[in-house]
Amino acid sequence: MAQAAAAANTKWWSGGKSPFNVEYGKLMMWYFLMSDTFTFGALLISYGTVRMSSISWPDPNVVFKSFPLAGHANLPLVFVSLMTFILIVSSVTMVLAVHEGHHGNKKGVIKWMIWTIIGGFAFLSCQAWEWTHLYHEGAWWGRNPFPNADGTISKSNFSDSFFTITGFHGFHVFSGVLINIIVTIMAWKGVFERKGHYLMIEKIGLYWHFVDLVWVFVFLFFYLV
Amino acid sequence: MEHQTFGGEVTIPHAAPGDDSKKRIWKTTLILSLITLFELGIGYLLMFTEFSSIVDMFLKGIVIILSLAKAFYIVSIFMHLGDEIRNMTMTIIVPLLLFVWFIIAFLADGVSWKNLKNEYSPNDPVQYEQKAEPVQETKEGGLK
Repeated sequence: MAQAAAAANTKWWSGGKSPFNVEYGKLMMWYFLMSDTFTFGALLISYGTVRMSSISWPDPNVVFKSFPLAGHANLPLVFVSLMTFILIVSSVTMVLAVHEGHHGNKKGVIKWMIWTIIGGFAFLSCQAWEWTHLYHEGAWWGRNPFPNADGTISKSNFSDSFFTITGFHGFHVFSGVLINIIVTIMAWKGVFERKGHYLMIEKIGLYWHFVDLVWVFVFLFFYLV
Repeated sequence: MEHQTFGGEVTIPHAAPGDDSKKRIWKTTLILSLITLFELGIGYLLMFTEFSSIVDMFLKGIVIILSLAKAFYIVSIFMHLGDEIRNMTMTIIVPLLLFVWFIIAFLADGVSWKNLKNEYSPNDPVQYEQKAEPVQETKEGGLK
């Protein structure tokens, strides 16, 4: 609290310090994420526009009803819930890695980063399974085997947006996992220990949470409503 | 108070994270999980029950608001945006207000597109599908 009070009395714009009190790279990560928000926003809003302009739309509970190794069991929403929880949990392990980083605890950072990477891989595997499954059911860019909810034949708009948006999100997860691996190796090699701070973990942490955040909305607009 | 220096930049560290911040992480995790479970509950409710379109819209609205709450928790607790200086937070949040206009404008455009297509190009397949539908669906069929 003493620190908060001191921070409040600081003249931020008098020069000699960062007026936003964040390190350059972290601020730029925030602005990158803001621009990325607009990219994902554009994709999701165009999906919304196309969906509003259609008389009817495939029912997500009919399309996403399968679970690995469950055969033809009708299990709507179950698999995507699993994916959502995997991503939330990997977000939590990432916060814990950042938390350990604040304390300069190298072992803790590496431990939680490894869990985060495992979570990322688990999510990607789920997505790979889902894409493969839908592909075998005949869905792909330009092809949509699922009828509209009202029984009419649908256009390929549904699968086009689904594969584009989850694909773009999956690509973000994939790059996130790669950067996580690189950063974990750097932590293990002691790069951040020599620097004296674990800010890099915080920056990649921001990116990772953003990926989780986007999934919240993909989950909402493709699977729930 | 100690100042931190990162590559020549001086910043003042946030309140030293104590045991409290770990508790906050677990609390947020719990909240996020509970909201997700609740959303799923509504999802199943929508699936197994036939609601009138107003109730349907209302429930979907609740799910959207709950998702925004999730977004708030992730950004403010997990990404620590709530702990940053207000000026900095505003440079991130204020531009995002453009989305209010984007969403209203583009969704309205979608609805208008559908209506215009039905009105002016009778041979379009959309018109054919529309004929198989009750008339009022033309206005509210978008989300279903």
